[in-house]
Amino acid sequence: MIKVDSLTKRYGAFTAVDDVSFTARPGRVTGFLGPNGAGKSTSMRVMVGLTPATSGYAEVSARRFADLPNPGLEVGVLLDASAQHAGRTGREILTIAQRTMGLPAGRVDEMLERVSLTPTESGRRVRNYSLGMRQRLGIATALLGDPEVLILDEPANGLDPAGIRWMRDLLRGYADQGGTVLLSSHLLHEIEVIADDLVVIGNGRIVAQGTKAELLASAGTLVRTRDVPTLSRALVDADVEFSPMTDALRVEADPDVVGQVALRAGVALTELRAADGAGLEEMFLELTADTQREGVAA
Amino acid sequence: MTATTVEGAVQTEVVRAPRPAPARIPFSRIVTVELRKSFDTRSGFWLMASIGILAVIATGATILFAPDDQLTYDNFAAAIGFPMAVVLPVIAVLSVTSEWSQRTGLTSFTLVPHRGRVIGAKLAVTVGVGVASMLLAAAIGALGNLLGSTIAGTDTVWDVSALELAYIVLANVLGMLIGFMLGVLLRNSAAAIVGYFVISFVLVPLSMLLAQSQAWFEKAQPWVDFNFAQGYLFNGDMSGQHWAQIGVTSLFWLIIPMTIGLWSVLRSEVK
Repeated sequence: MIKVDSLTKRYGAFTAVDDVSFTARPGRVTGFLGPNGAGKSTSMRVMVGLTPATSGYAEVSARRFADLPNPGLEVGVLLDASAQHAGRTGREILTIAQRTMGLPAGRVDEMLERVSLTPTESGRRVRNYSLGMRQRLGIATALLGDPEVLILDEPANGLDPAGIRWMRDLLRGYADQGGTVLLSSHLLHEIEVIADDLVVIGNGRIVAQGTKAELLASAGTLVRTRDVPTLSRALVDADVEFSPMTDALRVEADPDVVGQVALRAGVALTELRAADGAGLEEMFLELTADTQREGVAA
Repeated sequence: MTATTVEGAVQTEVVRAPRPAPARIPFSRIVTVELRKSFDTRSGFWLMASIGILAVIATGATILFAPDDQLTYDNFAAAIGFPMAVVLPVIAVLSVTSEWSQRTGLTSFTLVPHRGRVIGAKLAVTVGVGVASMLLAAAIGALGNLLGSTIAGTDTVWDVSALELAYIVLANVLGMLIGFMLGVLLRNSAAAIVGYFVISFVLVPLSMLLAQSQAWFEKAQPWVDFNFAQGYLFNGDMSGQHWAQIGVTSLFWLIIPMTIGLWSVLRSEVK
């Protein structure tokens, strides 16, 4: 369990994290989603005590991070896979973490196997690692102490498609066993396939949060017809809000409501479904439109 | 901006079997991990190895080039002492600054979320490495002294007492602490190493010049110039006043800047 309450971090006049509150629950994968520079990494650094908060607080397993007696056994942290001593071997980096946590030496081999780093690879120095290999090593360090909570900042960066699939299965399995997983991403599709709960952040502020199912539901229905004008009139008459997409309508109502409206209007539909991915993507762009770089006039 | 918040329906929570709260990481474990970290890279390993290598080279050079009547332990100690005064503080600097330059602090300070304990462990390792290195260097010098006088056919001269040796070890550890302090204060390898050489090798002649031209500074020098006060340790000439001068100069050159450095390390952001 991770609890973040009214967290604010200011750098002079700039507010990087602005009154952020959310809870990441056990047994669930919580996706921390936002464009670059939205404040995801800063929030995560505050959670693990690397950055002091201006106000508000973050708790992990009901304690401040600094109060955890041996944090590696309770919280697995991966903030930046590149933040490793380039001159150490992968195995040595894991060994240092294993010794710090006071774990048996065998854990290092178990973890290397779990993240599919071969003995040859783990014997190489990290400066020769690809970003994907560094991510695997970072995941191995995070999992080493078999913690109940995982805090991962952009863990899929640099992984190939098979690696992303592997990571997804691994985190799913972790949550299914009762673990709390918080992972950040600026890629919607990456997080959409794995997260149970979503926290969407833009310009330091939370712009939406809830379960993925609810956020998808609130994104409405996607409907297609050859007779758009008739359906549009019927929707206006039914007092249902909608917006035209490139070749369809996105309606702020459940599919069965839209179906009833179309039936009464006698309009033939070619497609009617919950506006799943498309809806969430639109929501993400919409919610972050006034906060993302592309939307800001130079 | 309005935040769209969807109230979550309560989900059935899967709860992991509760585990006993882990014990706090003992300080001794942090020390052994930090010791390991100073040997486990090629650069770290060779920096450590260079202590022995340089001591052997300095000893060999003394045997080869010093006149026969100069083959005394004092001269061996002086020859070895110079490379030690360069290498040991660099080791001290890098033990601290690498956490920032290599960004390993991100892991170190999350696995041990009390930066003071990590820095304290590094300090213990630094002092330990300093003492061990100096004893090793002293032993290599002693072997050189035996070997040199045997080759030259002269009597072996032991003109450094155990107490004087202890003073020299202390002086070198103080030099390391200056390096350590600069590492903590600046948290940048290049800046801290340059800073050390400025303090130890650039300030010394400047201070000498000032003392020669200004009578008031000549009197004040032992109380303000750390290197000057440290010099008594190398001469083996320690009076109560000399200890007081080392104490006063250490306060200004070591303890106060170290305190400022620690204060900022504890509050700074690790990125």
